[in-house]
Amino acid sequence: MTTTRLHADRERCIGAGMCALTAPEVFDQDAEDGRVLLLNPEPPAAQRAAVRMAAGVCPSGAITLHEREPGGS
Amino acid sequence: MSESLHTVTPLPAQRRPGCPFDPPAELLDARRHGPISRYTHPGGKPGWMITGYDMVRSVLADPRFSSRKELMNVVDFEIPPAPPGEFLLMDEPQHSRYRKPLVGKFTVRRMRLLTERIEQVTADCLDAMEKAGPPTDLVTAFAKPIPTVVICELLGVPYEDRGSFQEQIDTFMGGEASDEELIAAYTATQEYLAGLVAAKRANPTDDVLSELTGSDLTDEELKGISLLLLSAGFDTTANMLSLGTFALLQNPAQLAALRADPALTDQAVEELLRYLSVAKTFWRTALEDVELGGRTIEAGTTVVLSYHTANRDPERFTDPHVLDLRRPYEGHLAFSHGIHQCLGQQLARIEMRVAFRALVDRFPTLRLAVPAEEVVLRPETADIFGVKSLPVTWDKETS
Repeated sequence: MTTTRLHADRERCIGAGMCALTAPEVFDQDAEDGRVLLLNPEPPAAQRAAVRMAAGVCPSGAITLHEREPGGS
Repeated sequence: MSESLHTVTPLPAQRRPGCPFDPPAELLDARRHGPISRYTHPGGKPGWMITGYDMVRSVLADPRFSSRKELMNVVDFEIPPAPPGEFLLMDEPQHSRYRKPLVGKFTVRRMRLLTERIEQVTADCLDAMEKAGPPTDLVTAFAKPIPTVVICELLGVPYEDRGSFQEQIDTFMGGEASDEELIAAYTATQEYLAGLVAAKRANPTDDVLSELTGSDLTDEELKGISLLLLSAGFDTTANMLSLGTFALLQNPAQLAALRADPALTDQAVEELLRYLSVAKTFWRTALEDVELGGRTIEAGTTVVLSYHTANRDPERFTDPHVLDLRRPYEGHLAFSHGIHQCLGQQLARIEMRVAFRALVDRFPTLRLAVPAEEVVLRPETADIFGVKSLPVTWDKETS
């Protein structure tokens, strides 16, 4: 099974909230500074489409996604 | 390569008669020739026009392109830098100094907490419309008051001051004011905001401006931030609501689909944002020579980014000129992209979701009160596109 590993760069983040809007089960925003909080760095398969969308629409390119095939390194 | 280069006549190009929702023909034509075209700024300076979705997006994400107002290379005279606090027209690190303290106040979560209040404000407008009876101007009865009340309450502008403030913003944003009118409106606004900042410092209340007085921002900076938030908060959403209603009324099958299915509302708002792109263009200036699509953008050259045309890019969207409220959301440039992407977008989304939903539910027979070609549009010189008024009517309930 493909696994998805996420990384969110809080320094790049501008707090637009697109990830929290698109994949609220995986991303939130810090209540104080508004920047990204990663709730689940290895989201389940059911969240994969939403997570890809969140990474794609992030205005500051703060979200990176590594998808690993089984047996891959 | 350059001999085949397409050239666009200076903006403001006009929209085609009968096509109030589409970008001007010159820009659609430019996109057909490629994502980037030669362009001469209205002040005579040579520049570029970018109409391709991917290219607009990549310029917005590229720190080699600057937002600094004083670097705009479009006229022969020097342009002063943005006043303190107007961070839309600044680069890092100045931009972050202003945006950072605001970001936490505009999160998805905090904006959702305003839903109930926005529903109340919307219901008040609709009640007043119903009570006064048809016909009415939807701009003054609905589209303007909702975002005005909401941004004023959020920022902390007292209720009794809203009317005059809205007039001044209209003068700035309408695209038709003379220099004298602009200066008068600017001076009055500056004086008003100076008083407001002083009042919040003396007696903080429960609002964003009062919270900001607790930071290290100066009075001048707070004035600039307030002006930016108020003008962005009033004018953009107001024009989306009025032009969006016009677009729905001109697409009755889409309007019927929205009315029949509340679950379509969120998607419908994203599609209206894409289709209408009322913040239609912006610009950046190259800080160094940059290669774009095989062209060299020379350092110091200003490029115009047509968000509206990019949001109609056939390489990005299927049937881009069709308003399709069921279109799956896959991102758009209506709120821009990169570090300057709209700070208030989550507020705007909730305002539009609540307001469009309530309007279509309340008035099932809503229609234009004049022929569509008589609806008066804002001139293309206005930064934010829209209608000046939208005369609508409906059948009164008979019981």
